[in-house]
Amino acid sequence: MAKNKAVNAEEVTPDGSRAINKFRLSDAMIMLVLGLLCLTCVLPFIYLAAKSISSNSAVLAKQVYLIPKEITFDAYVSLFKDGSMVRSMGYSVLVTAIFTLFGMIACTCAAYPLSKKRLKGKGVLTFLLMVPMYFNAGLIPTYLLYKDLNLLDNMWVLIWPLIYSPYNMLIMKTFLQSSIPDSLEESAFLDGASNLQILWRIVLPLSKPIIATLSLFYAVGRWNAYADNQYYIRSDHLKMVQYKLYQMVASATEAQTTTLSEAAAVTSTPEVLQAASIMFVTIPIIIIYPFLQKYFVKGAMVGAVKG
Amino acid sequence: MAKSKTSVPAVRTKTTWKNALKRDWQLYLLILVPLVLVFVFSYAAYPGLRMVFMNYKPAKGYAGSEWVGLDIFRKIFKDADFLRALRNSLVFNFLDLIIGTPVPILLALLLNELRYPKFKKLSQTILYLPHFLSWAIIGSVAYQLFKPSSGLINVLIMNMGNEPVPFLTEKWHWAVTYLLIGVWQTMGWGTIMYLAGITSISGELYEAAMIDGAGRWKRMWHITLPGIKPTIITLLIINLGRVMNSNYERLAVFGNSQVKDFQYQLAIYIYEKGLGNSQFSMATAVGLFQSVIGVILVLLADRFAKSIGEEGLI
Repeated sequence: MAKNKAVNAEEVTPDGSRAINKFRLSDAMIMLVLGLLCLTCVLPFIYLAAKSISSNSAVLAKQVYLIPKEITFDAYVSLFKDGSMVRSMGYSVLVTAIFTLFGMIACTCAAYPLSKKRLKGKGVLTFLLMVPMYFNAGLIPTYLLYKDLNLLDNMWVLIWPLIYSPYNMLIMKTFLQSSIPDSLEESAFLDGASNLQILWRIVLPLSKPIIATLSLFYAVGRWNAYADNQYYIRSDHLKMVQYKLYQMVASATEAQTTTLSEAAAVTSTPEVLQAASIMFVTIPIIIIYPFLQKYFVKGAMVGAVKG
Repeated sequence: MAKSKTSVPAVRTKTTWKNALKRDWQLYLLILVPLVLVFVFSYAAYPGLRMVFMNYKPAKGYAGSEWVGLDIFRKIFKDADFLRALRNSLVFNFLDLIIGTPVPILLALLLNELRYPKFKKLSQTILYLPHFLSWAIIGSVAYQLFKPSSGLINVLIMNMGNEPVPFLTEKWHWAVTYLLIGVWQTMGWGTIMYLAGITSISGELYEAAMIDGAGRWKRMWHITLPGIKPTIITLLIINLGRVMNSNYERLAVFGNSQVKDFQYQLAIYIYEKGLGNSQFSMATAVGLFQSVIGVILVLLADRFAKSIGEEGLI
């Protein structure tokens, strides 16, 4: 980026007649296009936020656009009173936390040995650990396997199968190989430190940025995914909050499209409550978003080498 | 993978296993953790694939179900549902690719031309947001905006005296909505690779062009765009390799009975036939077909990328 700045600053020098920061029509056009695209990302959520704190009657009368009407927090109150969404949120936080911790352990256990050029059998081990990224047995054999492992309708089905991620392992391996100087480890080795001691005392402290990035990859991946909830979980209390939200939309969509289906119409949630539920599920992501974005961009760059 | 093997110096490979284990037993212990995980949760499922040659009945299990040779495959290639799912997957994935590729490139070019760092930072932050939202959130927001009579967009359309548009409930409108939301979700995040490519273009090129009197758009076209051509090609190849994939969550969240005709793609087929209808063998065969084609495409894409001098994928 520094280079581009330099280019912009020099834009004026050839003839010297133009002011450095002269605002041109093309600038306005670019800003207009980008501004409009940004609005498509922001306005829907402002609309939902406004809707979620408006009265039911105002919403039914279709009077709510971007500004709330007859402000009331009833929807959020009933959301918390009902408790199902809140419990589900707590459960999702728990699953995500365990998943992230285990995931980082599995990732380090794979990436550190494989980052060593001297490791005998490295080719075979890498192959064994990479194949599942390109080929999986598919839904049904996997489902039957989890059934045999007694994982169906069990919280751990959301954790164990996905904690080892070949993609994250590659990112970590690339980082270890490129950012940790071999000489550092060699001198520790000569001082009599074991491989584990080197990992724990030297490599991990130097890997804090990649640990932060990958932890976020793991956490966001787990937090946002819900298809496995649908495949493998029956009990309501074991479903993550994203899946609850999905169920709400799915039933509401069917109620809208098949107007004759009374059962669906009855189970569909009132408008305001729907808006409040969406906001409730979205807000945690928005809160940690600035943090997320910073580390994700870095990780995406490292991961880009092999995607 | 092949690369790492050959790059090991010949002297090192002669270390005996005994010495290697003595020196690195802790490393082997560590790597046992992911190995156990992939064997228990991935490889252990592979033998289950034999059901594609069986008429698998859940009640009878593998031992009790009869072998039927290639009958299952003959059956799926005559199955209208499968053919429809295959057609939809291919068509929609290609459309995703055709519409989804140029948008991030254009956005990256525009972001790069922005001369106000604060505005640039802010718009990047906002445009990356959809990448971090689950399909459940995106789907439910889209539903709130586009639903037939009370969605925000339709309310606005009706306020202007027009008929409401069935964005989500008529298959052709649905197709457009589905594709555009896909583009919207990926456009911001997609710029990252291109922006990284742009920063590595030499500033001297721009200076020279400016001295020659090239304006902003000309520089964009003759310097920036050719500068990121390798990135564009690499990403295009990677994405071509994924053209058989289908995202269950995205499809499911936009699904309803009126748009089944287009929304019915391979992921939906596998879920509904398999877990829904207990047609285990057929669902597995379709999954296997999808995986095998996927692997072939990735290998071809890798070969192709390497043959034109780009970095490989594997």
